Amino acid sequence: MMEKAALAEKEVQSNSRISGAEMLINALKRQEVEVLFGYPGGAVLPIYDSLYHAGMKHVLSRHEQGAIHAAEGYARISGKPGVVIATSGPGATNLVTGITDAMMDSLPLVIFTGQVGTGVIGTDAFQEADIVGITTPVTKHNYQIRDTKDIPRIVKEAFYIASTGRPGPVLIDIPKDIAALGDVEVEPESISLPGYQPTTEPNYLQIRRLVEAVSSSKKPLILAGAGVLHAKASKQLLEFAEQQQIPVVNTLLGLGTFPPDHPLYIGMGGMHGIYAANMAMYECDLLINIGARFDDRLTGNLSRFAPYATVAHIDIDPAEIGKNVPTAIPVVGDAKQALLQLVKQNGKRSDSEPWRKQIHAWLEESPYHYEKEESKALKPQRVMELIYELSKGDAIVTTDVGQHQMWAAQYYPFKRPNAWVTSGGLGTMGFGLPAAIGAQMAEPDDLVISINGDGGVQMSIQELGVIAEHNLPIKIIILNNGSLGMVRQWQEIFYDSRYSQSVFASQPSFSKLAEAYGIKGIDARTEEEVKQAFTEEFPEHKPVLINVFVEPEENVYPMIAPGKGINEMVGVKKR
Amino acid sequence: MRRIITLTVMNRPGVLNRITNLFSKRNYNIESITVGHSEIEDRSRITCIVNVESVQIAEQITKQLNKQIDVIKVQDITDQSVVARELALVKVAVLPATRSEIYSLIEPFRASIIDIGKDSLVIQLTGETNKIEAFLELIKPYGIKEIARTGTTAFARGTQPADQGNRNYSIV
Repeated sequence: MMEKAALAEKEVQSNSRISGAEMLINALKRQEVEVLFGYPGGAVLPIYDSLYHAGMKHVLSRHEQGAIHAAEGYARISGKPGVVIATSGPGATNLVTGITDAMMDSLPLVIFTGQVGTGVIGTDAFQEADIVGITTPVTKHNYQIRDTKDIPRIVKEAFYIASTGRPGPVLIDIPKDIAALGDVEVEPESISLPGYQPTTEPNYLQIRRLVEAVSSSKKPLILAGAGVLHAKASKQLLEFAEQQQIPVVNTLLGLGTFPPDHPLYIGMGGMHGIYAANMAMYECDLLINIGARFDDRLTGNLSRFAPYATVAHIDIDPAEIGKNVPTAIPVVGDAKQALLQLVKQNGKRSDSEPWRKQIHAWLEESPYHYEKEESKALKPQRVMELIYELSKGDAIVTTDVGQHQMWAAQYYPFKRPNAWVTSGGLGTMGFGLPAAIGAQMAEPDDLVISINGDGGVQMSIQELGVIAEHNLPIKIIILNNGSLGMVRQWQEIFYDSRYSQSVFASQPSFSKLAEAYGIKGIDARTEEEVKQAFTEEFPEHKPVLINVFVEPEENVYPMIAPGKGINEMVGVKKR
Repeated sequence: MRRIITLTVMNRPGVLNRITNLFSKRNYNIESITVGHSEIEDRSRITCIVNVESVQIAEQITKQLNKQIDVIKVQDITDQSVVARELALVKVAVLPATRSEIYSLIEPFRASIIDIGKDSLVIQLTGETNKIEAFLELIKPYGIKEIARTGTTAFARGTQPADQGNRNYSIV
């Protein structure tokens, strides 16, 4: 009798009860999610079933790693969190590389993983992995949902955490039964996270100190990183640099924050940066870091990094300040807020004219250069120049990791923010092709060029299937040197040319592989062939893969060898 | 140098795991860590003792801990006047001949006997680490069968002395 009464009550309530999966879809709609990247599997079947009629765009990757890199590309270009769904166990663990990549490069992601049912968690059940434990060190935060009614609140918190402060990936693990169970949905009105209060407004006194430091410096320098992009502060950066006449160096990920043709622009610093940028960092007396984290690929040997400089560091993440480089003027806050205040202060400008002249002399003396030998195969640097010329420099460029990535950074000047998608911190091969998918999803009308090496592209080449399926007009370029170029370069320089496992004994025909996926494939060996392919294919609104055979023994220069200081570049050609 | 770092954290599943994970990820060495409920419901207090090379590293630790979403407050209280205690339970062998000797050691240390067996005693001792070390050193010759220690738990004193310059008391 009791059971019957309980059943009757349940029926009365059933109108307001929805499944956990439906709550999840509703929560995503409240966040105005436009596109999901994912791959179904047993533990997320309830979620995929709810997606069936939800009217949300879902991109089915061919491997979970493809889904998460696509979400990273989407996040990088759109500025909105990329959303990923994968199943439990192998689906979840296949995401770990992309999660770590997003953590290192501060990209906002919200990742949903399925989990085995709550009754069998901890029993090594089929497709079980402790993904919360696995991803704790590589997420900004993560959750496992234990109660269906928590879904709306946790989703709201996750989007908030992922996209505010220093952005980063947030993972939500959802046991299968939690997604399947029904409950009464309570929409969260506000969220309470007492332990998470990012500082956006910089401290006034520190701003004053920075203004005074600028006015008393003779050789001021700005180092602009990706934090400027995240804060959408390019305009304010330009205003501040112009007002105070301070030259600007970019990090790899900060490319595009400053107009490349501006007289105050020096270029990229670091291991393969331009000589003038590294010399400027070495000689400056005031270094203003805005939103960069002093990565070791930028600083070289720390004992020789900016040895004469007072270091100021503007960063939304206080833990980055003083982490690698002792900092005299710490400014915790959003880059845009800090720059707005700096411009408003309008401090006395330093007399930096001799300094700017010195920098121009360095730029004149040692620009990027490569030898143009008629007898040899096409130079990869020349291909980059052609990409720039024939895309008019307006494209979104994604790269994989390796030599081609550095050549792209050196020879493709980025004229606008949000046009450059590359894996900086983690250096993830296989990143470029799926990241281009996400970038094109974010900006369907922009020209997206995916530059890859023949090594990295094979780590995620299956994503050609996604490009074909959605007819994404991505221009896929492979700089084919038949080897793992950067590995080969290091072996040549540091291991006496012993090419251990870096030269491919066999390669597929990439153009035929593209054709197999239904994508036009072109092989190009000469400058003429490349020009023709680019001129014909770039305006076409459909995908193409252009496999460019380049000089296999070309190296990336100039370079700072490991352990050396930024003032000790090799391969610098002096005019 | 030894630093005492206290944290107030949300009492959520896995929070201690996040903290210890952060230490191992960043290559910081924890000497001891204690956790327990705090005066506020669903918040816990953690006391970490870490051994670091410099003040900069200690500062970096507090900043990294602060980044955790479940961490509400982090304080390095090393340079404050603090109360710090740990608890040790010691099972020591006793013979009829040594029993009274052991009893005579207990009184000055304000320890107490909490279990008596046929040929052993369990002694409970609380205090700063040095005191516990000193007691264990004294009791060692009698034959220690088992030791269980909690690690240090600490917070800042309610009243801080005006002169912090020559602080030479109450270190862990």
